[in-house]
Amino acid sequence: MTTDADVKTLVIDEQEVSARAGQTILEVARENDIDIPTLCHLEGLSDVGACRLCLVEIKGSNKLLPACVATVQEGMEVSTNTDRLRKHRHAILELLFAERNHICSVCVSNGHCELQALAQEQGLTHVRLPYRNPELTVDASHERYTVDHNRCILCTRCVRVCAEIEGAHVWDVMGRGINSIVITDLNEPWGSSSCTRCGKCVQCCPTGALFDKSKVGDDHPKYPDFLPYLNLMREAQ
Amino acid sequence: MSQTITIDPVTRLEGHGKITIQLNGQGEVEDAHFHVTQVRGFERFSEGRPYYEMPSLMARICGICPVSHLIASAKACEAIMSVRIPHTAAQLRRMLNLAQMVQSHALSFFHLSSPDLLLGMESDPKARNIFGVLAARPDLGRAGIGLRRFGQHIIELLANKRIHPGWVVPGGVTEPLSAAHRDEILAMLPEAYANLGLALTAYKQIAGTFKQEIEVFANFPSNYMGLINEDESIEFTDGAARLIDPQGAIIEDGITASKYTEVIGEAVEPYSYTKFAYYKPLGYPQGSYRVGPLARLNIVKSMGTPLAEKELVEFKQLAAGPVQSSFHYHHARLIEALYGIEKIEQILADPRILDKHVRAIAGVNRLEGAGQAEAPRGTLMHHYKVDENGLITWANLVIATGQNNNAMNKGVLQSAKAYVKDGKFTEGALNRVEAVIRTFDPCLSCSSHAFGQMPLVLTLVSADGEVVDQLVR
Repeated sequence: MTTDADVKTLVIDEQEVSARAGQTILEVARENDIDIPTLCHLEGLSDVGACRLCLVEIKGSNKLLPACVATVQEGMEVSTNTDRLRKHRHAILELLFAERNHICSVCVSNGHCELQALAQEQGLTHVRLPYRNPELTVDASHERYTVDHNRCILCTRCVRVCAEIEGAHVWDVMGRGINSIVITDLNEPWGSSSCTRCGKCVQCCPTGALFDKSKVGDDHPKYPDFLPYLNLMREAQ
Repeated sequence: MSQTITIDPVTRLEGHGKITIQLNGQGEVEDAHFHVTQVRGFERFSEGRPYYEMPSLMARICGICPVSHLIASAKACEAIMSVRIPHTAAQLRRMLNLAQMVQSHALSFFHLSSPDLLLGMESDPKARNIFGVLAARPDLGRAGIGLRRFGQHIIELLANKRIHPGWVVPGGVTEPLSAAHRDEILAMLPEAYANLGLALTAYKQIAGTFKQEIEVFANFPSNYMGLINEDESIEFTDGAARLIDPQGAIIEDGITASKYTEVIGEAVEPYSYTKFAYYKPLGYPQGSYRVGPLARLNIVKSMGTPLAEKELVEFKQLAAGPVQSSFHYHHARLIEALYGIEKIEQILADPRILDKHVRAIAGVNRLEGAGQAEAPRGTLMHHYKVDENGLITWANLVIATGQNNNAMNKGVLQSAKAYVKDGKFTEGALNRVEAVIRTFDPCLSCSSHAFGQMPLVLTLVSADGEVVDQLVR
């Protein structure tokens, strides 16, 4: 039975909405067809608030909060699309593009990439920062999949899906800050790691960083929609 | 005092190049060079990339002929995979390559060269472009645009995208052809035939007025090379290369992609970023040869399609042996475009063309592979080496323009000697020097081309670097 205390009433973009206690701002916004851009969030996985694209403004607080992990409060007034937020999102996307070698025209995910789609959606026309052009490797040692670190945005979806859903925890992050990189096992080649070859990480990767060797050209859409269903079926058991 | 005339940039070409003409103290042409002035670096930056990414990466070399790069690259990858692609996939690729050939030839003939041919070499440079052609001969202008659309639209119907499609992949193609798209292509054929007929008739009418140009537009004996089928008919996508000498005798036959690397060498000259390909047993520069439409028609015995066959017979009557003047590239281009339309019709008549099995899957089975195909402007070769994971460790491309490089330089010198007299030049004379290059339809950077809008500055420079004369177009 729902008690009064379980229901929170708040305002998102001048729209009055109600939510269950403990729900995140992102969940409630999406339930009410209010769009908040995300990159590291994926339905069916835990949230880490890493990409900061879902930052929202809360009235009365100067601090911006990531909507994927911030929970709703009674009487909250949330703004999801202000000039300040748009500026931040632009800057985040520019930093992502400048950080590694994202060359859409020759990427397997061209046309299916979440980073590319988000840049288009946010009206990103150019990058004001100098490109770092780091020399990053491609690991093609796996029989079926390839990881191209040039296209990785460190969203850690691969790390989470491998640990939380597959239960293998092959993927992890090595290094700190700008030197961070996703690794398999203790930085073993993917082909000789303890990978179960399930391919969930490939389907969850928002860019062309992880891809299926047999799907090259322009035919590599990703299908991460299986995650919520998989979770549902597991809960039912 | 020796002087240098510079034509920079050369207009109505695909890419950026310049010509310098060196004059001696008497004002006579001593030497001339065609320079390709930009470096691209594709071979170097593809190192470390997975081989299966190479077709789409290499297609970015060129916006006019990405299909040729896609096909040569995919074939090199298939050599690495050691697979034979399904019949339908091979036929679909063949059709894609022919569609590109038709649109590229239409671009070269109508947009880039017909202003010189129809309006005259001496005509007003401001109107010497496709718009000038449209004003003078609206029917021909429309035919040119129509033929380009024909080729480009087939590419789009097959591969979803007109430029840089990702449809050609190592092992075949990503999607089969639908019946609806086949019917749409068939419906476009009558108009394409009509447009090409118009162009051929117009060309034959005006060709006779260019006797002097025919005489000095890279008109010299040379070797010729191109792909050919076992029955000695023309081939654009498979087959093996044949090299003939200036008399038409076969120097070497059955040059497959893997053998290509053994017999073709590449020389470097300090004045150009484009290499100079040559046949190794004859050495450089004696082993230089020409490729492209003129070379292909010189090496084949038949076209394999009825209308083009008739035209080939007529073309072969231009000379006793191989046709030597590069001016005839224009004619050869139109015959090939006619062949392209006919061949597309033949391919579509095969019921197996709608087969759904269009891709073979395999991993790395060899550490080296080479593939070749005919680009509109000549034979194209891609050669890769990979590590055991399929990452590229070395790549080399032999492009058509590199194979025609020696002939283009000789042609520029020949025409400069004919048209630059006593150290003086006219705009029309220098346009003829440029027009020699245009007959080869070279692909310089491949990704950009200019027609008319680019400023053309012709500079006469004395030996001490002083500008003594300048002509701005």
